[in-house]
Amino acid sequence: MRTTFFSTHKVLPLAAVGLALVVVGGCERPPPQSTQLGYRGVGQNAFVNPRFFAARVAANVAPEPQPAAVPVAVTAGSVYKNLQVLGDVPITEFTRLMLAITEWVVPRDQWVDGQGCVYCHDIAAMEADTKYQKVVARSMLHMTQRANRSWGAHVAPSGVTCYTCHRGNAIPKYVWTTNPGEKPRASGYAGLQNRLSPVPAFSSLPYDPLTTYFDKDTAIAITPTKAMAPVEPKTVNTMRGEGTYALMMYISKSLGVGCNHCHNSRQFADWAQSSPQRVKAWYAIRMVREANKEFVMPLNPILPAARKGPLGDPMRIACETCHQGVNKPLLAAPMLKDYPELGPLNDPAVEAAAPATVQTGVDDGAATDAKVTGQPGTAAGVM
Amino acid sequence: MAMLSFERKYRVRGGTLIGGDLFDFWAGPIYVGFFGVTGIFCAVLGTLLFVWGAAMGPTWNLWQISIAPPDLSYGLGMAPMAKGGLWQIITMCAIGAFVSWALREVEICRKLGIGFHVPVAFSVAIFAYVTLVVFRPILLGAWGHGFPYGILSHLDWVSNTGYQFLHFHYNPAHMLAIAFFFTNALALSMHGSLILSVVNPPKGEEVKTSEHENTFFRDEVGYSIGALAIHRLGLFLALSAAFWSAVCIVISGPFWTRGWPEWWTWWPNLPIFG
Repeated sequence: MRTTFFSTHKVLPLAAVGLALVVVGGCERPPPQSTQLGYRGVGQNAFVNPRFFAARVAANVAPEPQPAAVPVAVTAGSVYKNLQVLGDVPITEFTRLMLAITEWVVPRDQWVDGQGCVYCHDIAAMEADTKYQKVVARSMLHMTQRANRSWGAHVAPSGVTCYTCHRGNAIPKYVWTTNPGEKPRASGYAGLQNRLSPVPAFSSLPYDPLTTYFDKDTAIAITPTKAMAPVEPKTVNTMRGEGTYALMMYISKSLGVGCNHCHNSRQFADWAQSSPQRVKAWYAIRMVREANKEFVMPLNPILPAARKGPLGDPMRIACETCHQGVNKPLLAAPMLKDYPELGPLNDPAVEAAAPATVQTGVDDGAATDAKVTGQPGTAAGVM
Repeated sequence: MAMLSFERKYRVRGGTLIGGDLFDFWAGPIYVGFFGVTGIFCAVLGTLLFVWGAAMGPTWNLWQISIAPPDLSYGLGMAPMAKGGLWQIITMCAIGAFVSWALREVEICRKLGIGFHVPVAFSVAIFAYVTLVVFRPILLGAWGHGFPYGILSHLDWVSNTGYQFLHFHYNPAHMLAIAFFFTNALALSMHGSLILSVVNPPKGEEVKTSEHENTFFRDEVGYSIGALAIHRLGLFLALSAAFWSAVCIVISGPFWTRGWPEWWTWWPNLPIFG
């Protein structure tokens, strides 16, 4: 009788165990932390690896606020020239904010003689707009004030400051430009996907959903609201659904969350089954579109080539620019309250302004027809 | 139920795992045994508890009845009956019934003097279920990670659990499990159609045997796995499908918390790619 060590029924189970070890070997070790996001039992849970999360927490610590300014009645505009944004701010508060911005935005290796002012200012004529950085900074101050004053539905209650994005860098770490891709190996739509990219969270989905959805008011939807609708498939169809999924993957990765942070996957489009965070994200998408269009794009003519993408477009903001891997930037540190001149914060929770527009957004196929498409099912009171 | 003339001689006493001659008898054509009794007990109790849960719930719609596990806040402790405790006891009943069924198969195998391939195969299915409702919840620290017992609600669980990891099709074990499920279906359809083809010759011709079976596939693809090995292959494919299903869910959460597409970055990150 012939016996061999490598007989099939010995090798196959060994191969299975070996494969299992390889799969697990590429993974993380238990246990993760889990959070329940919805009704028990329907998989509305979030997982976070506490070992990785510790690193994310460490990367999202807000700096100590600048020492409080001495209150004075003199405005900065009455002392300095060419103040177009902060002229009404008391001079001491103005100086304090300049110090803070220097700390937030100008990297230490750009400081000269212990001062970061020269990064934006011409020391000989502090008021002159000779450096493009100063013009950019003015636009960014406008943008920050606009975000706090008009987009409280997204940024309240913590608000945003320069540091929310910059974190000590002149260019925030997570900005984006249009990705021209490689020379397409396939024509048409296939040329826009199947490239390894962190933007769609490393999936084979379209690799530049940001240009598609943040530069334009492209409809964000995966499901036509009517079966076999004759008109809708031009804007909402399976092919475009892939772009929507790519955008959603980007949002998820930027916030360090799964799809179920905002959605109930039994019906993604239905607002009634979604979490309140989806409303926040709805406002965020509109805020990002506006911020890029109103405050970033107009700066393009003055930007040097090193501050542009390969197609000559400026570096723009999106979700990850602020969020940087956590669902609340800087873990909701309320930095704005220490720099009130960047506000004031429009807080809909305080002002009780109902976000009624969410249900009627005309550019959003999913939100337009926000009818309940599934039974409430297990949502309430089911065993 | 009619009994075949040769059947009686296989009905021998003994071979039980527990209890000696206790329940070592047949009810009609069906062997009872100690584990038949425990199995019936667990199945009936579990079903009645399920019906009780349905009665406490908001609907009798068969599609929507759902017995959900406890909130995560209960951890690995017991929950009140109406808040997931029912799920916990029904889970015990289900495992009791499944394991009883497997052990009853073992006793029948012992009576017949055959191998334990059937109970071993069934155990893999039990293993997959226990992985879902016991092993993974324990690794995650809460019974609330089990899936709910309901036709639609368990699908919600599958969907939401998958989307927590962005794109579950990138789960490597899920890929293997799907590949095995499909290959299993392919192998079974090829084998089933082949057997039916040789026992259904044209009118007037004799039924054919394994030489014809082998020749068909040698002509077709150059190789025939053979009459015995096709069953080894089929069992391997089927058990692998269930095994990798269990692996794909037990690694989701306990061993991976990010989107599954990101898992594959080990490949471009290999040091061999500059």
